[in-house]
Amino acid sequence: MSDIVKQSLTELVENIKNKKLSSTDVTKAFIDRSEKSEELNAYITNDFTSALDKAKKFDQKPNFNLKLPGIPMAVKDLFCTKNIKTTAGSKILNNFVPTYESTVTENIWNEGAILLGKLNCDEFAMGSSNETSFFGNVQSPIDKNLVPGGSSGGSASAVAGQLTPVTIGTDTGGSIRQPASFTGIVGLKPTYGSCSRYGIVAFASSLDQAGPMAQNVKDCALLHEVISSYDPKDSTSIDFKRNHYSKELTNNIKGKKIGIPKEYRVDGMPKEIEDLWQKGIQYIKDCGAETIDISLPNTSYALPTYYIVAPAEASSNLARYDGVKYGFRAKGENLIDMYERTRSEGFGAEVQRRIMIGTYVLSSGYYDAYYLKAQKVRKLIKNDFDEAYKKVDAILTPSTPSSAFKIGEKTNDPVSMYLNDIFTVPVNLAGLPGISIPAGHDSKGYPLGLQIIGKAFDEQKILNIAYAMEEKINFKNKITDWWIK
Amino acid sequence: MSIDLKTIKHISKLARISVDEQKAEKLAGDLNSIFDFIEKLNELKTDNVEPLTSIAETTLKLRSDEVKSKNIREQIIKNSPQDNEDYFVVPKVIE
Repeated sequence: MSDIVKQSLTELVENIKNKKLSSTDVTKAFIDRSEKSEELNAYITNDFTSALDKAKKFDQKPNFNLKLPGIPMAVKDLFCTKNIKTTAGSKILNNFVPTYESTVTENIWNEGAILLGKLNCDEFAMGSSNETSFFGNVQSPIDKNLVPGGSSGGSASAVAGQLTPVTIGTDTGGSIRQPASFTGIVGLKPTYGSCSRYGIVAFASSLDQAGPMAQNVKDCALLHEVISSYDPKDSTSIDFKRNHYSKELTNNIKGKKIGIPKEYRVDGMPKEIEDLWQKGIQYIKDCGAETIDISLPNTSYALPTYYIVAPAEASSNLARYDGVKYGFRAKGENLIDMYERTRSEGFGAEVQRRIMIGTYVLSSGYYDAYYLKAQKVRKLIKNDFDEAYKKVDAILTPSTPSSAFKIGEKTNDPVSMYLNDIFTVPVNLAGLPGISIPAGHDSKGYPLGLQIIGKAFDEQKILNIAYAMEEKINFKNKITDWWIK
Repeated sequence: MSIDLKTIKHISKLARISVDEQKAEKLAGDLNSIFDFIEKLNELKTDNVEPLTSIAETTLKLRSDEVKSKNIREQIIKNSPQDNEDYFVVPKVIE
């Protein structure tokens, strides 16, 4: 059984289609591994019993034409799953059972996959370390007491630790790419409008996107192909011709022009990150592509802009949690008192902090100074990318300014936590696709990632570049199974 | 710029989050350090910049206004913290 969990999604699909493995074999193996991995705290809710039933049903009447035939999969607990508790990592949704299914997960089940359970994440996806979850922090499979990153920390931990073959996360400012980078896996944040937001617990609606997380680029392409769809139920979903991303995947990137933005060389960046970036540039050249120095002059304003726009949208989105229609309710002396106590007891500290920031920047007298200003700067940041893409096909940067940090290391300093997302946030602000691939290790043996940013709707191109680089990098994740007794 | 306790209490009222003295002080400290960081935006001149209002430059599609989820009242009510079978229940609002 133990070798089953080591297989990639592509291998598992092939082995199920060739009848070398049954869905029950595969599902059992991942359940077994997940049960032995409680110490990682990757799951909030498991659905193992019903997963096994579904696997048996699949094997009785298999449909091998599906893209994910009988493949078990755990997903981030930010996706609403019909009749299965969906918490968003929050006490306020601790008992919430959706009556509907998110479009993205629906697409996955329609292709034959089977839900294993719901994965831990930062509360309402607000965090970069998975330490803000009401259900406790997640351990990284890389090392004990190391954060897996966030907010899709449970997702990253589950893929790197082989508790699920692939998974989906969400990315508002780096929540797929940063944890992917911290745990040595691949994570894609698609173009805004590529994957439906219907049924995803909302954080910041103009930035949120769902995306795949996987052991390698090919698996990532296959899962992306399944989840990306036009959806009339999401008014910002975009009706464009989607590729067969896995079929059209090629490592031929000869002649492609890759931009290297000088502004991503930030003060205090460890030499290891700079060296990794240089190595990445060499890999690009080895693949027959060309690198070009470019400038994205407003990069340093991206993070302050994000910390106005994202909390502003969050404060509006989270106004719905009032203790009336669903979720947690605290006792109050009157209606207003009930609202105030419910929200004070139901939300954690980071979520309350962001609601407060958002409420402040949208409040009378401050709107122009903060929110309007931020939307103007956001335009400048988008213009920078538009300008750059006149000269280049894609952009290469480090994924994060450092490797993973220890649990508790940054919890007392919100700004230092926010700085983690310095290279990923601009991509969300401009609505572009970005992929993080593992590219090396630091001196402690922790994984480091490189990010490839594409033009809007250019997922195929960045997947191809990632695929070509992956072959040259030949990264091996160092998983010691430290958590298994 | 400095956000004082009075402002924190005002925002917390708007946000419908109760704060006591201790929490208000902690929030004031956190928000001040975050806003110090945000103030960097003032370095940029943006008088002639159009604000970004939509990241996806498409026109919204129209669809017919049809009810698709029918007869789900029971399921919806089931999630409420306190219900009276047919209604959501809240603390008394009329004296």
